[in-house]
Amino acid sequence: MQREVEKTEHLGKLEQLRANMVNVYINGKRHIVPEHATIMRAIEYAGHQIIRGAGCREGFCGACGTIYRLPGDYKLHTGLACTTLVKEGMALTQIPSVPMEKAVYDLEKLTPDVNAILQVYPVTFRCVACGTCNKACPQNLPVMDYIQSAMRGDIAAVADMSFDCVACGLCALRCPAEIIQHEVGILSKRLTGRYLRKESKELDDRLEEIHSGKYNSEYVKLMGLDKVALSELYYGRDVEP
Amino acid sequence: MYPEYLSGQVKLVEKTRPKRVDLALSGKPVYPPMNAEEREDVLSKYHPDYAPGAKRAVRVGPNRGQELTTEVATILEAHSMIRPKLTSTLLTEPDYETDLLIIGGGGAGCWAAITAARKGMKSLIATKLRMGDAYTMMSEGGMQAAVSRTDSPTRHYLDAMGGGHFDNDPALVRVLTEDAPEVVRELENLGVMWDKMPDGSMQVLHGGGTSRKRMVSCRDYIGAIIMRTLMDEVRNHPDMISVREFEPAVELLLDEHGKCAGAILYSLDTEQFLTVKAKATIIATGGFGRLHIRGFATTNHYGATGDGLVIAYRAGAKLKYMDSVQYHPTGAVFPEQIAGFLITEKIRGAGGQPLNKHGELFVFPREPRDVESAAIIRECSPDRNNGIDTWVGRTGVWLDSPIIEEIYGEGYIRKQFPGMCRQFDRFGIDIVKEPMLIYPSLHYQNGGVAINERCETSIPGLYVAGEASGGVHGRNRLMGNSVLDYNVFGRRAGQYATEYAQTVTLGRLSLEHVAAHEREMEYAGIDTDLISPLILPSYTPQDVKNHQLARLGNVPALHSMLRSRFAPGERRTRP
Repeated sequence: MQREVEKTEHLGKLEQLRANMVNVYINGKRHIVPEHATIMRAIEYAGHQIIRGAGCREGFCGACGTIYRLPGDYKLHTGLACTTLVKEGMALTQIPSVPMEKAVYDLEKLTPDVNAILQVYPVTFRCVACGTCNKACPQNLPVMDYIQSAMRGDIAAVADMSFDCVACGLCALRCPAEIIQHEVGILSKRLTGRYLRKESKELDDRLEEIHSGKYNSEYVKLMGLDKVALSELYYGRDVEP
Repeated sequence: MYPEYLSGQVKLVEKTRPKRVDLALSGKPVYPPMNAEEREDVLSKYHPDYAPGAKRAVRVGPNRGQELTTEVATILEAHSMIRPKLTSTLLTEPDYETDLLIIGGGGAGCWAAITAARKGMKSLIATKLRMGDAYTMMSEGGMQAAVSRTDSPTRHYLDAMGGGHFDNDPALVRVLTEDAPEVVRELENLGVMWDKMPDGSMQVLHGGGTSRKRMVSCRDYIGAIIMRTLMDEVRNHPDMISVREFEPAVELLLDEHGKCAGAILYSLDTEQFLTVKAKATIIATGGFGRLHIRGFATTNHYGATGDGLVIAYRAGAKLKYMDSVQYHPTGAVFPEQIAGFLITEKIRGAGGQPLNKHGELFVFPREPRDVESAAIIRECSPDRNNGIDTWVGRTGVWLDSPIIEEIYGEGYIRKQFPGMCRQFDRFGIDIVKEPMLIYPSLHYQNGGVAINERCETSIPGLYVAGEASGGVHGRNRLMGNSVLDYNVFGRRAGQYATEYAQTVTLGRLSLEHVAAHEREMEYAGIDTDLISPLILPSYTPQDVKNHQLARLGNVPALHSMLRSRFAPGERRTRP
């Protein structure tokens, strides 16, 4: 009985949710969509099959960069369609791709310093520190700061600050100096992982053990066990706290 | 901040926390792990694979008569986009010729191309969306590799076998676990920034079902970091690797002797069919989460529609363990906008705890995924009725994240989980201070095309790597073993396909297998207008869809992206 009452109440809430609709302008055309929709959901609710402009749908891949304006607001806003909620009067369009040239380089021939940036992405040095990239970033990363670090050759700092970049390219599209910030970030992360790491002695030793065939006999033994014997071993194994 | 109707329940979590912190710090298990019988019991009663209607016998193809996941059987019993009789020019005048065709631009595909290039073999990557628009990009928590001194590859082997209920292919698990440390080093050499300890050793954490701390990580963006590194490296070799985006494969090509000889691609831009003739072909297309099996929300990528399974199956490749589906224990439930999104298992690896509406633990937090998921479903089921309901009709349990800071100290969550924090910050929920509401979410295709440790299938010249393959994980994959899987088997596929392509000569191209599939469908009396591969799911509301079909005379157009009638929607996941 208690559950039934709850259920009625719950359906009431659902109706309420359905009733709250907002107007959005997708590529200039008005559609009426639920107010709790993300931009991506709104586009699909309107009947579009997204081909360019959706990827992971969870904020990792950067496929769904979107620009929009709101009523009474002169600003051109940026966001990821998958995680940005619609608002009444939002006028939006998705960016199907970001034209840019990724530099071709050989990681083995670079050094983790300012020379790498000079060689691979020299356009980086056109930065005028206007901060437009920071405003454009849907991840709220300090893009301008890492570009400034890149100009100083502090590769590790670039890697750290650009770590969560989803490479949507919205910063690059807004940049008046025409820098491709996200690629500078990727280059710097690779340089950091490759050259600025501390070596793991443990890993060296483990690789040595494997190459010398240390585990061969144990593998052969385990692979020869039937399910019952393996199960016994498995449930009896000790677990590190 | 949670809305009022939930914030009261959060207080119960806070109330029980001090006691749970004490227990966690004592080094004893925070809840008794299940034994074999208890695992079997909860799985058979609550895991969605065991629900009525979850499986049915497939009526065509190499696995005919076997029980498969219902939605999988449905897409296998569908028509091809290609009418072989009408498309003979496709076979005489290939649009592209290459040594190695790699279908799929995710982690496995990129690794295969990089490995082949290192051996002097040119390749073509054909991918449905952009390169890197792949499930690889989305993995958060980590990758298993036995790198610490207390661990060993053979322990990793035992954990993986136990997690998979001993159904895993031993030879595959051996190479998975034995290649793992080398994968760590190889990725590091390509520039992956691993989380490390001050002395340079790898930072390792637990995952569900691990007996040693074995999870290596890149904060909670491991997939994005690995994927962007591999993509960048692929693009550094334009002379060796060409990339075709928005051109998914819709059928494989065989030659007159039954060897795989490439594929037919379908351009999403121009709706053209394009023929690729290739000496060897690698399927690295990932999994099937966007089939929304049993109506579950999914953590999967937009393109995860099981295309690789369909085309391999039609060409005669056998599938393995396609009767089992992985539900990730912790998909988001609240807010609605992120329902189904992945909450990384690293949260539980670092000490996070699933709690019921009374704020109490009801399961060991690091059981293998199928067991953990089934236990959460049981807790929310009418049998226990211990779930927390949201106003839109979802049910979940708490995942207590603030406890992590009580164990590891202040600042740990924001440093280790920037992605998770961002996901919830957007909606005003601070996971440093408040728990998350979670419920299992459709996560992974445990089975796939049967392969051996050289990634070979039953079709000469066809290789499969990553989630599209079957056998590595048995019927349940452990956390961190899929990131490892595409790295290990992507490299292997590249290597062995290269060796094969160096010697093979192809005969006349054929689509006879597609015609044979159509005949078999007819013989089995299958009456369907479904066309597969599905390419993309459809989230168009039904009323709009009806109008689209009306425009097409109610006949789904073979060549249009509007043709998809497979509209599973995201039904509510109330137990």
